[in-house]
Amino acid sequence: MRLIIASAALVLASPALAQSALPPAEYAYKQLEDPRQEAEAKALMETLRCLVCQGQSIADSDADMAGDMRALVRERIRAGEKPEEVRRWLVQRYGAWVSYSPPVEPLTWPLWAAPVVLLGLGLWLARGRFRRRAG
Amino acid sequence: MKRLILWLPLGLFAVFLLAVAFGLSRSPETVVRSQLIGKPLPDFALEAIVPNHPGLSSADLKRGQPRLLNVFASWCGPCATESPQLLELKRRGIPIDAIAIRDRPQDVAAFLGRYGDPFERIGSDPNLQVQMAFGSSGVPETFIVDGKGIIRHQHIGEIRPEHVAEIVKAYEAAR
Repeated sequence: MRLIIASAALVLASPALAQSALPPAEYAYKQLEDPRQEAEAKALMETLRCLVCQGQSIADSDADMAGDMRALVRERIRAGEKPEEVRRWLVQRYGAWVSYSPPVEPLTWPLWAAPVVLLGLGLWLARGRFRRRAG
Repeated sequence: MKRLILWLPLGLFAVFLLAVAFGLSRSPETVVRSQLIGKPLPDFALEAIVPNHPGLSSADLKRGQPRLLNVFASWCGPCATESPQLLELKRRGIPIDAIAIRDRPQDVAAFLGRYGDPFERIGSDPNLQVQMAFGSSGVPETFIVDGKGIIRHQHIGEIRPEHVAEIVKAYEAAR
């Protein structure tokens, strides 16, 4: 019984993060007419972070804001903008954080260099073993 | 020396574990601040949403006097919570304009009737186009724009009573 009440409470509860009563933007759930443009927009949306449901891309999220961000991406691509221009526009406003593809810059270079450094370190540690086996 | 080097991978692994533990102990929510603080506000023109307030355009925020720009929505709980503080700021002589996010005229009118109306102009932004142009990622948020249209300050989340002094100070600094 308690379980039933608890489940009912979960189902009936209004979400803490309320969303608006307005319908989604036109291109939030509608693909672009040109399949090539839609493919570009989709690829870009998968690398942009949803700002209110952090951890998801805007392509994956059903939040109102993600829908509006998809609409923004599709409308700009439709108007002829390159995907990287749209990304730059968003990064100028929200910082590199909005993009899942980290730029190569002083702050992120350890990220890019770490695999090479670690591999080099491993080889250096293991070098004695190779030498002994050869000899 | 050689002994020490043998411990190196374990040492690195320990550093890795510490980094993971630190990452896990932090709140996963990141506050995304607008990158436009200190920069000119974006150009925009928004239509009115209720008959007794004109719409809002970027030109209205470049008239020589700093203004508060409140990004709100009638469907947003914290926006109701901050209403008394906005009314207090208005009482202290600070002009406040607003952008209503994804909202309907009847809902905005009801919201203002219920919680008070501190606003001069209210622009309607149904698809977040202008909110995104400001680098704002939620409601409520409050910007301070100086008389030349430079964004000086961003307050994220509701303005609580303890924030009023800070907002007044930032407003005075924008003069």
